[in-house]
Amino acid sequence: MDEERKIRVLIAKPGLDGHDRGAKVVARSLRDAGMEVIYTGLHQTPEMIVATAIQEGVDAVGMSIMSGAHNVLMPAVVDGLLAKGAEDIVVFGGGIIPDDDMESLKKKGIKGLFTPGTSTETIISWVRENVKPS
Amino acid sequence: MEDVLNRDIRAGARLLRWIDDGVGEARSILKQLYSHTGKAAIVGITGNPGAGKSTLVDQLITRYRAQKKTVAVVAVDPSSPFSGGAILGDRIRMQEHALDEGVFIRSFATRGHLGGLTGTTADVVHVFDAMGWDLVLVETVGVGQDEVEVQRLAHTTVVVMAPGMGDEIQAIKAGILEIADIFAVNKSDRDGADRTVRELRLMLDMGKEAIQQQQERVCPPGWMPRVIKTVSTKGEGIDELMTALAEHRKAYENACRDPNFVRARLRREFLDVFRRTLFTRGWSYLMHEDHLKEVVEKLQDGSSDPYTLAKQAVNALGRL
Repeated sequence: MDEERKIRVLIAKPGLDGHDRGAKVVARSLRDAGMEVIYTGLHQTPEMIVATAIQEGVDAVGMSIMSGAHNVLMPAVVDGLLAKGAEDIVVFGGGIIPDDDMESLKKKGIKGLFTPGTSTETIISWVRENVKPS
Repeated sequence: MEDVLNRDIRAGARLLRWIDDGVGEARSILKQLYSHTGKAAIVGITGNPGAGKSTLVDQLITRYRAQKKTVAVVAVDPSSPFSGGAILGDRIRMQEHALDEGVFIRSFATRGHLGGLTGTTADVVHVFDAMGWDLVLVETVGVGQDEVEVQRLAHTTVVVMAPGMGDEIQAIKAGILEIADIFAVNKSDRDGADRTVRELRLMLDMGKEAIQQQQERVCPPGWMPRVIKTVSTKGEGIDELMTALAEHRKAYENACRDPNFVRARLRREFLDVFRRTLFTRGWSYLMHEDHLKEVVEKLQDGSSDPYTLAKQAVNALGRL
């Protein structure tokens, strides 16, 4: 068969902050690692992210949040995917996230969390290890 | 299959993924879906990078939704020729429709396919058609002059241009200028818009007979391409564009009463599927039992040539 499974990832910027440099760097490095990355631009609500992830048939959603609203926005996306029967989509995130929040976010289903300074190689290999084409 | 026909977004999205990735099960589902196709209106949007295709598509979605029509969008962006990866960003300009259940936007990467679309866009359009979307808008990658595949697929082709991107000489060249049913001269609040419109009209006027003869079987007979000025960021000219689209749709539906017109369309569709089936079959033969490796070895030791070996491989397919 002429079968070629590619990893598809949605990179989203939920919330009100306009700092999308990190999101763009991650999007670009995942592309350079051979993945297909859908980028939606700024100010996305969790509902928009869930709907986009499902329509685009992605394997993972990566969110970048610099506003401090990660405790609300990230679990909202996990819950939204669950409600639509799309809990197989892996959710990960990055941003300024205090250690105390890390544990509780992981418990709420955010599989990977990356703080500023993480190398793009670390993120790429994490995605390769934890995300398989559906 | 049933879920896809009932317009279940998740089921449809997953089938599209299988099609895109070339998963075997997709083919058998496509076979069953085929009898449910033929109802959607398929509109292709093509043009140079930066001409404003995505913003125009966003405007068209809004207008069609105001008419209570459901809209599926196929947005194609290029894959990197080096890494094979892609950043798909067309939908940034369409995200205000993200929560509208009457809109389904799906991004695709070309994955090395030339021609402005992906290798499976025709199948993707069939899926959206069978799912019951009223309109399927197909946005190509930003194209140059020769990426004309969308015209074979779409019922109506809109070529989006921006002023000042080419002179008169560009305008009489063959290629994307021949495939338009409608020209949208976008960003027409910029200098040079009137000149672009004038040059296009002149070109169309000069080529009138040629257009009608050559495109007879693709275009509805007698249709002369329209030139519409738009400013998609401000919504200007979109009403006129919608009118032209509706007029073309009518002409297309009339043309479909002619069996010759329909035959030409079915012929094109079949040849497309045939070409892809043949390629897939040939590819799987080459990948099977080191066939490709043997070919390369023979080339390397100089015992044969690529022409003989390609012919042998094709002949071997018939015996499988």
